[in-house]
Amino acid sequence: MTYKLKISNLHVAVEGKPILRGVNLEINYGETHALMGPNGSGKSTLGLAVMGHPNYEVTEGSIELDGQELTELGADERSRAGLFMAFQRPVAIPGVKLADFLRHATTNVRNPERKEGEELIPMREFRQELRSKMNQLHMNFEFARRYVNDGFSGGEMKRAEILQLAMIQPKFAILDETDSGLDADAVRLASESIAEIGREKMGLLIITHHDKLLEHNPPEFTHVMLGGRIVETGGLELAHELHTKGYERIRRTYPDAEAQNQAMLEKEAISI
Amino acid sequence: MASDTATLAPRDTVGEINKYDFRTESKAIFKARRGLSAQIVAQISEMKGEPAWMRDFRLRSLEIFDSKPMPKWGGRVDLNFQDIFYYLKPTDHQGKSWDDVPQEIKDTFEKLGIPEAERKFLSGVKAQFESEVVYGSLKEDLSEKGVIFTDTDTAVREHSDIVRDYFATVIPPDDNKFAALNSAVWSGGSFIYVPPGVKIDFPLQAYFRINAESMGQFERTLIIVDEGAEIHYVEGCTAPMYSTESLHSAVVEIVVKRGARCRYTTIQNWANNIYNLVTKRAMAYRDATMEWVDGNLGSRLTMKYPAVYMMEPGARGEILSIAFAGAGQHQDAGAKLVHCAPHTTGQIISKSISKNGGRSSYRGLVKVEKGATNAKCNVVCDALILDPASRSDTYPYIEIAEQNVSVGHEASVSRIGEEQLFYLMSRGLTESEASTMIVNGFIEPLVKELPMEYAVEMNRLIQLQMEGSVG
Ligand SMILES: Nc1ncnc2c1ncn2[C@@H]1O[C@H](COP(=O)(O)OP(=O)(O)OP(=O)(O)O)[C@@H](O)[C@H]1O
Ligand SMILES: [Mg+2]
Repeated sequence: MTYKLKISNLHVAVEGKPILRGVNLEINYGETHALMGPNGSGKSTLGLAVMGHPNYEVTEGSIELDGQELTELGADERSRAGLFMAFQRPVAIPGVKLADFLRHATTNVRNPERKEGEELIPMREFRQELRSKMNQLHMNFEFARRYVNDGFSGGEMKRAEILQLAMIQPKFAILDETDSGLDADAVRLASESIAEIGREKMGLLIITHHDKLLEHNPPEFTHVMLGGRIVETGGLELAHELHTKGYERIRRTYPDAEAQNQAMLEKEAISI
Repeated sequence: MASDTATLAPRDTVGEINKYDFRTESKAIFKARRGLSAQIVAQISEMKGEPAWMRDFRLRSLEIFDSKPMPKWGGRVDLNFQDIFYYLKPTDHQGKSWDDVPQEIKDTFEKLGIPEAERKFLSGVKAQFESEVVYGSLKEDLSEKGVIFTDTDTAVREHSDIVRDYFATVIPPDDNKFAALNSAVWSGGSFIYVPPGVKIDFPLQAYFRINAESMGQFERTLIIVDEGAEIHYVEGCTAPMYSTESLHSAVVEIVVKRGARCRYTTIQNWANNIYNLVTKRAMAYRDATMEWVDGNLGSRLTMKYPAVYMMEPGARGEILSIAFAGAGQHQDAGAKLVHCAPHTTGQIISKSISKNGGRSSYRGLVKVEKGATNAKCNVVCDALILDPASRSDTYPYIEIAEQNVSVGHEASVSRIGEEQLFYLMSRGLTESEASTMIVNGFIEPLVKELPMEYAVEMNRLIQLQMEGSVG
């Protein structure tokens, strides 16, 4: 397959405040990319802008999936085109059962032409698939009856995101700190699951501060974000370096970006 | 708040009443002429072949109606009481065929996905048509157990003694203007008597509809659950669209005796032009439990506050209510709990949704009378507003005449969250599917209390309201 997600010169502002300043990134189907960078450097912003969050305004640049421009599309259309993002902070939808939500979502993504009100995937078929995916993730089937992210522990939330990834099977997935908030065993399980579900079966952009996830999903490319730009791209060894030595070298090498990053953090501090 | 006005046209005193008006277009063999007068009320009673006590009761109620002002609170009622038909008797309800059912009603059923058999029932092919209730076959085991389940007109004729003992004891005609109106012109509704210790383990159901243009519907329901008995009564309603104003003003009275349980579930989906002004009240005696589950969709204005009076120690009252106000609609709904005895427990859970400029108000009263020590009551009301044009208000009234009681009240108003919408949309749901899902989730705690088929219907009605294609 030859699917490609291509982000070119992307500038993004939130409430008029510029956050991303010209991001370039190309991911081919089947590749795994790691996105690293200090807090507040713009990693989540990149993911949310690519996914189409209405508060993240693209002021310049483009996002293309297989040559189709996404910037004018809503999040639903991007999802149906094959994009997925596991969120750093998923929101609760009280009263909506995870299983019902997933059945609707899975139907729509698999059948992008579906009109509102048309049939969903048959119940039996769906339940069978859900059950087997949940088994694979060592999740109790009862969990699917709970309301989406409502009262979930941090770990449960992340596992529910992985379950959604497994059911929806997008072409490209952005995983935003899907390994945070998990205990050591859960991190291993999540890392293995993601490898099983996603490796070579989609294009993966993994945002992480830990090395466990990357151990199981070794990236072909590692990108470092600072001050709203990707300042350096390398291979697996770059990820190792950052994990062991931190961002000291990066900050020194790219003083302009470092200054931007500090400025964003300070603005944040002032607004608090 | 808007003030309440009603245009009361002068009475038709000429007295030229066509006693029998055979209006073929509406297939009625009798149609009282528009308007309200002592003659019309007496005529209704005569047509029904009622005992004198009921006729006198009706006439007395009419006087009360005349003397009472419109309520000063609630919503705006623009009604001309002289423009309404107060009684309509169906032609031949049993002989009606599916082919006679208007296409628009069939279309509504189609949209609602109501099963074939139920459509016939709902459309009057199999049962009720217009204001007279006709039940299909009364379940045999019910009558074997001594349960009386019939329309209230029949009950007045055939079970006059028991009806007379309870009729208007829970809601007397002077309770409010609309209760007085109903008392004068009532027609149809259900009468149920459950003998001591009899537990009915399936929900009893009846459907009510409004069929004739500009026709008021004034059912009168009376349920008596004798000591230790149990019943779940379900009343569902779907009404087609009309072009002129229409009034629905029912009275529901329930007596729940010692150790008995009653649950009364209503889902109403009125056409946009209907005033739905209903008085519902139950009296719960020692260790008895009364539960109201009340879903209100559609109508121009609904004013409805199901009440439980806890008369003796150990009584429980629970009220769950859902209101959905769409464009041009005002749902003034709520609940009333009155603790008249010690160790009584009450709960109100109310959820309202406003969309497209709709307005929903929660109006609730919790009253603890002197002597009702250790009464416990909890009120939770949550409102969801879908757009800036819509509105929601809360009017909680609490009156406590006793110490050592526990009364809690929580209220929340939320707007549909951008983050929630984005989350669902990022999983392939359209904006409209996403908001429907959020709304259904919002009312889920109540919907799961409904019998299965009503829960499904409720979700579908919400979906149609969200699409704006019904009501
Ligand atoms: N919705 C928002 N409203 C206001 N500011 C925002 C918003 N989203 C992001 N920002 C700001 O943009 C900057 C980048 O934030 P972002 O969440 O993208 O960082 P990150 O790299 O994901 O950090 P972390 O590693 O802590 O998750 C920060 O200064 C943040 O405060
Ligand atoms: Mg982040």
